[in-house]
Amino acid sequence: MTTSSLTYPDRIDGPDGARGDESYLGGRHGLRSWLLTLDHKRIGVMYLISTLTAFLLGGVFAVLIRTELLTPQRTIMSADSYNTVFTLHGAIMIFLFIIPSVPAAFGNFVLPIMLGAKDVAFPRLNLTSYYFYVFGALFALFAIALGGVDTGWTFYTPYSTAFGGQVIPMVFGVVILGFSSIFTGINFIVTIHKLRPPGMTWFRMPLFLWALYATSIIQVLATPVLGITLLLLIAERVLGVGIFDPQFGGDPVLFQHFFWFYSHPAVYIMILPAMGIMSELVSVFSRKHIFGYKFIAYSSIAIAVIGFFVWGHHMFTSGQSSVANAIFSALTFAVAIPSAIKVFNWLATMYKGSIVLHTPMCYALSFLTLFAIGGMTGLFLGTLNVDIHLHDTYFVVAHFHYVMMGGVVMVFLGGLHYWWPKMFGRMYSETWGRIACLILFVGFNTTFFPQFVMGSQGMPRRYFNYVAQYKPYHELSTIGSYIMAVGFVIIAVYLLHSLFRGRRAPANPWGGGTMEWQCASPPPPENFDQPPPAGDPYDFTDLVYDPQIEGYRRADTPDHQPAGRPA
Amino acid sequence: MNRILFVLTPMTADRSFWMPARGSTGAEGVDRTFYFVFWVSVFFFALIVGLMVFFVIRYRRREGVGPQASASQNLPLELTWAGIPVILVFVMFYMGMKGMVDLATPPAGAYEIKVLAKRWSWLFEYPNGHVDEDLHVPLDVPVQLLMRSEDVIHSFYVPTFRVKQDIVPGRYTKTWFRATKEGEHLLLCAEYCGTAHSDMIARVIVHPSGEYQRWLENAANFVSRMSPADAGQRLYKVQGCAQCHSVDGKSGIGPSFRNVYGYERVMAGGAKVLADENYLRESMLNPNAKVVAGFDAIMPTAQGRMDEEQILAVIEYIKTLSDRWTPSAPETTSQPATSQVSDKRP
Repeated sequence: MTTSSLTYPDRIDGPDGARGDESYLGGRHGLRSWLLTLDHKRIGVMYLISTLTAFLLGGVFAVLIRTELLTPQRTIMSADSYNTVFTLHGAIMIFLFIIPSVPAAFGNFVLPIMLGAKDVAFPRLNLTSYYFYVFGALFALFAIALGGVDTGWTFYTPYSTAFGGQVIPMVFGVVILGFSSIFTGINFIVTIHKLRPPGMTWFRMPLFLWALYATSIIQVLATPVLGITLLLLIAERVLGVGIFDPQFGGDPVLFQHFFWFYSHPAVYIMILPAMGIMSELVSVFSRKHIFGYKFIAYSSIAIAVIGFFVWGHHMFTSGQSSVANAIFSALTFAVAIPSAIKVFNWLATMYKGSIVLHTPMCYALSFLTLFAIGGMTGLFLGTLNVDIHLHDTYFVVAHFHYVMMGGVVMVFLGGLHYWWPKMFGRMYSETWGRIACLILFVGFNTTFFPQFVMGSQGMPRRYFNYVAQYKPYHELSTIGSYIMAVGFVIIAVYLLHSLFRGRRAPANPWGGGTMEWQCASPPPPENFDQPPPAGDPYDFTDLVYDPQIEGYRRADTPDHQPAGRPA
Repeated sequence: MNRILFVLTPMTADRSFWMPARGSTGAEGVDRTFYFVFWVSVFFFALIVGLMVFFVIRYRRREGVGPQASASQNLPLELTWAGIPVILVFVMFYMGMKGMVDLATPPAGAYEIKVLAKRWSWLFEYPNGHVDEDLHVPLDVPVQLLMRSEDVIHSFYVPTFRVKQDIVPGRYTKTWFRATKEGEHLLLCAEYCGTAHSDMIARVIVHPSGEYQRWLENAANFVSRMSPADAGQRLYKVQGCAQCHSVDGKSGIGPSFRNVYGYERVMAGGAKVLADENYLRESMLNPNAKVVAGFDAIMPTAQGRMDEEQILAVIEYIKTLSDRWTPSAPETTSQPATSQVSDKRP
């Protein structure tokens, strides 16, 4: 039904064009065939490579930060360098890695296939979004090359209008990245509305798609506010228009309102897709129908909606009125409930399941543990009088790293290991996968748990020098960051190794019920000739393991190989 | 409930594993709420991770054994695990809000101290006009701070008092506390403000109430108690000279104080002037009379802000920063300066 309404110009070409039996990776070769592709899978892979590059860069900055903080005074760099390094760590990780990571990399790759579609609704817009990402990243790199920025990733005024380094190119890069994010959001909303196959009603969609849908709504509605705010910041810096700078009659707290009106919903742009992956992983690796489908689906929407009204909890100490503080505190607690519902439903999914600890599931369990800590430490920060003590301390740093790294990055890695065979057609070493996950889990907790303690003991964030009493916590934290670095190197090595030496992946190595497991690994350029019939994505009863292909197949479809074993 | 919380809260007056020592009346309420949230979180964390580990072991995949049949939805269960957290977070919200209102409402007649935050130092101005780099407060008396910033946003943070309040340029912000613990407390800037943000640290010194007034009167007269050069150094910091004039030779908004005294200075317009005591005094009282080449005539006068004794102290301090000054003949250098006063007055 969708074939007639869409054309794919990148495949209208000469005799060297894609052959029908090739995967999307084969067929047309050469850099040009990638850079001008309209194939959502290739764009997804390009996003994956780009965001992982950003993650590497942000990670190097993270190790530099931790190394500097090994001693209470100067260790390896000056105070100004340190301020630049922590700003770049935050800005790169947030704007170049974590916001586009799950939606733009995995979303692009998986979303159309999960719908049985041949591509997203607007393939050209999709490629445009990628190039906006690249241009935004180039502006950021340009700002770094000119000496960087030392405002913190939050660009608070009047610091950012009076000082801060190369604020203008950096902020302009973020504005461009915002367009990239909006384009992806629009594309996903339209694709989910218009390209669902016959029989796939809203409540038969995989939960990952519900999560991406909720995410896209936030991207489309919130990101323009960030763009406007940052353009006003540039106007203030260049022209002194008097919006944010008190020197010209402006209000610096207004900037915080505008900034967090985007940047709080933005944390849900980061966590919601991760929660979507979580729902897939827990169900598949427990071989159990997801528990409370509708509650998980609606809780994504609830988080997206309520998430728009909690931004003021970043400003409990800014001098905003007690009434405003009370309202924002209440709304903040309200947004905790849908997250709790999701956690309990995932647990209930595992009940009476058939649980296997493949690498993606190890990451899912790490997520559950770390997100529980990250989520519940959010309760401390939503509680007004406790937040006054904890605000702007390492407790906050630890909290958002537990949510963002222990939560999003862990599930990102879970998704990477889950869809790796689908994306590249190769299996990686399960042994090394599990070892690396364990190393990351240990390293993560060693790095960030001490930060809760030093934070509640009063250690402020963004400190270059610190009082000697916090030294043991900082030392532990730094050691933990090195352990994590080792874990990431191991992952990089075995994943790259798998690309060349890995066993060929079957179509469905894990026994997943969603549609991407019904096409070949890696998928052909057009995914499916006919959209497969849409069933219940969490019904695993007719999926059986076939040792001959080392993967799963439908019990009633013996067409997995030409030789044809009796079904 | 209070009784339970009482038991759960470690009652040591000093620092516990999670929290610093309690130094103010507000600290106890914050800690009580903290530990309530803490134990609720510990319970749910143990529940979630405990169930997770139990399920992973109990329902691990076995050869030839599929998942057992079980429901995939259950409305009463969903309402239960949504409802219990709703009740618990409402209690947290209420405790937090009540605590915040207490922390935000100073009792009537609180002792007021004015705070000036700037990159990267604190200045505290007391009711008698004394300005100090540390915050001195009386024990067990409510103290209200009226705070302003000269440049970017700073944040007043005393961990032992559980008090934090941003200081936003272009407006006043207020906070208050009632210290319950004598001695020194750490005062930190908690809002990132640039290069030396992490050095923007001062002390809160809590005096027993009987001794506070004596300290304050004494402190205000530091010029008469200290050597002129030491008093000058102090004035240099608290009167704001340090913002524009460095002591290490680097030019800021104004010229450095290093190697000024005894050197010949080139003025805007080309005139050369020997920087002696009279020149330095004139530069403070009538800054635009002679402006050093390369700088703008923007310095405010010290007239009305510093008396002659204080001006002299600053001059003494500037002299100690010069290579052309030897401390062997202090009397002869200060003599002409005072005689000059009467010459210039009319």
